[in-house]
Amino acid sequence: MKNLGNLNVYAVRLLPKTEAIAPGHRACQGCAEVLAVRLVGKALGRDTVVACATGCMEIISSPLPTTSWRVPWIHVAFENAAAVASGVEAGLKVLMRKGRIPKKKINVLAMGGDGGTSDIGLQALSGALERGHNFLYVCYDNEAYMNTGIQRSSSTPFGAATTTSPAGKVKPGQVTWKKNMPEIAVAHNIPYVATACPSYPFDLMEKVKKAAKVDGPAYVHVLSVCPTGWRLPPDLSIRAGRLAVETGIFPLYEVEEGRYKLSVEVPKLRPVEDYLKIQGRFRHLTPDLIEKIQERVTKDYNKLLAKVRFSEEMS
Amino acid sequence: MAKMTYRLLQGNEAIVEGAIAAGCRFFAGYPITPATEIAEGMSVRLPMVDGTFVQMEDEIGSMGAIIGASLAGVKSMTATSGPGFSLMQENIGFACIAEVPCVVADIMRGGPSTGLPTNPAQSDIMQTRWGTHGDHPIIVLSPHSVEECFTVTVKAFNLSERYRVPVILATDEVVAHMREKVALPPRESLEIIDRLRPTVPPDWYIPFEDNSMGVPPMSAFGDGYRYHVTGLVHDVRGFPTSRPDEVDTLIRRLHRKIDKGLGYIQEGEYFLMDDAEVAIIAYSSVARSAKQAAIMAREDGKKVGVFRPITLWPFMRKDVEEILKNVRAVIIPEMNMGQYSREVKRVDQGYARIITLNRVDGQVITPDDILRKLKEVY
Repeated sequence: MKNLGNLNVYAVRLLPKTEAIAPGHRACQGCAEVLAVRLVGKALGRDTVVACATGCMEIISSPLPTTSWRVPWIHVAFENAAAVASGVEAGLKVLMRKGRIPKKKINVLAMGGDGGTSDIGLQALSGALERGHNFLYVCYDNEAYMNTGIQRSSSTPFGAATTTSPAGKVKPGQVTWKKNMPEIAVAHNIPYVATACPSYPFDLMEKVKKAAKVDGPAYVHVLSVCPTGWRLPPDLSIRAGRLAVETGIFPLYEVEEGRYKLSVEVPKLRPVEDYLKIQGRFRHLTPDLIEKIQERVTKDYNKLLAKVRFSEEMS
Repeated sequence: MAKMTYRLLQGNEAIVEGAIAAGCRFFAGYPITPATEIAEGMSVRLPMVDGTFVQMEDEIGSMGAIIGASLAGVKSMTATSGPGFSLMQENIGFACIAEVPCVVADIMRGGPSTGLPTNPAQSDIMQTRWGTHGDHPIIVLSPHSVEECFTVTVKAFNLSERYRVPVILATDEVVAHMREKVALPPRESLEIIDRLRPTVPPDWYIPFEDNSMGVPPMSAFGDGYRYHVTGLVHDVRGFPTSRPDEVDTLIRRLHRKIDKGLGYIQEGEYFLMDDAEVAIIAYSSVARSAKQAAIMAREDGKKVGVFRPITLWPFMRKDVEEILKNVRAVIIPEMNMGQYSREVKRVDQGYARIITLNRVDGQVITPDDILRKLKEVY
């Protein structure tokens, strides 16, 4: 792990004790998404305002009397977390300028699932990134609409069976490839984009800290294993996240001012089958489909390596 | 008598079956509680009948896609609930002015905004009528049982095709998620209406020309008829216009085609109404409680009947006026703050007393609720 330079000691007991989200929420057993939310909260601290799109994280954390949020938190509609965060950021700026609130760093966090980010919320996100608000957008990507009961999204990987991309005799489940959200964010020329996974907690927190520090918009895409939707035993959540990285399916990298950097270098990628075979949503895949996925993953990974090499040469 | 198929179905599943029986071959949707089962069912059933299921990136996309598919000549539908229905409104207006047949199922949940996603409500009644801007014609149907989810969906497609108008299938979460035994009629016994297609040579085709029904024949893309589709107010050839006489003609024709068809469009159920002194007017799941309340009231010797509009819009004014003239009082139980009752009050010229019963706590209205209200007048 290259990017942990700023964390002097990797000891759990040295992690911040502050929490943005309290225990006792209603997430499913083994939910890696809420784990990611917790780590992001730890990294950002309590001076944070959260705008949360409709989705699992809204449902599980907010019904009274069990609200889990220890920071100002707004649940907005499905499509507009980034737009509302833009307003919050602009509002705070005005209040500070007029001296109504003390001048200090307040993190504005917009968060949504993969549906609320890459499907319905893409327009609002693109607008906010383009306007250059000083905020952080975190996409918790569990690769389908889990809140309504596992429907495909544009972030669902090829071959995954969901209730609206059912696998059958003709179709192998999802027939399109996962939308590359981090690349879309990079295309907005924003100062910081990263991918992360709660299976690598220190890396995730480090990236969130960095993202909060930059002046301007930052985007962090977090792969969040969903045992319920992925048809996976809940105790394998963390392992599945690691396998996604080790197989190259979800490489961890960051893009600072357009320069790519791998966060976790995998000397030799594991076969994608290791990742696919533990998940029920892929159980119908035939060897030739797995081969097809393998080809694509290798190709995409090599493309990423080329970008990393290019960035190194440029600097 | 044709042979019926008996199945245990959920309301949403019956809507899927009804749509497929009516000839729907294209569905574009987006997941939303409590309408998701319609999309899920369509994703399995449509490929079996050579149809197309597409999951869109949001409800704006869903509505746009079914307009496109319908213009290409395929019967199309989408399904949603409150928040998604709000997003669809602009495109519903487009379908109204460009006269694109399509069906939108709105499974009502509590609102406004995200509201009560898992609880029933009937709070979109006014939105189904007036959600999109501008004067526009629209048809809204409301089934109250699983079996009706099937038959009314078929009717929705028929009306949509016949009048080239979007039809909203509005029911509530209770009906959509309830399971009942239903008798599905065989395909050949169903009346299926397809849109009128032009028969004139392509050069003679005037796409928005008035006729006796007020509904011009519609050609599909690729049929060889060139025509212009726009959301702007257009002349009979489909080109944008702001000439007052042409604008007036279009808007009035759009309304006239529905007004002329009222007898065919409007459908309601009269339950124990022959000798009723007090009427209950209710629709979708509340109508079930209303019927039970009427039966219970009659056991006590109270002459109570139920009128259940299946066609919510255009408002069944004639029927309602007739009822108002013949009863002492009308009770209107609704899971909203009084959206349908407002219309009834509008046409009540002092004929009968109108009592509203509004429940907005996300719970169903029970027969007991209605009976308690009945005591105020009977």
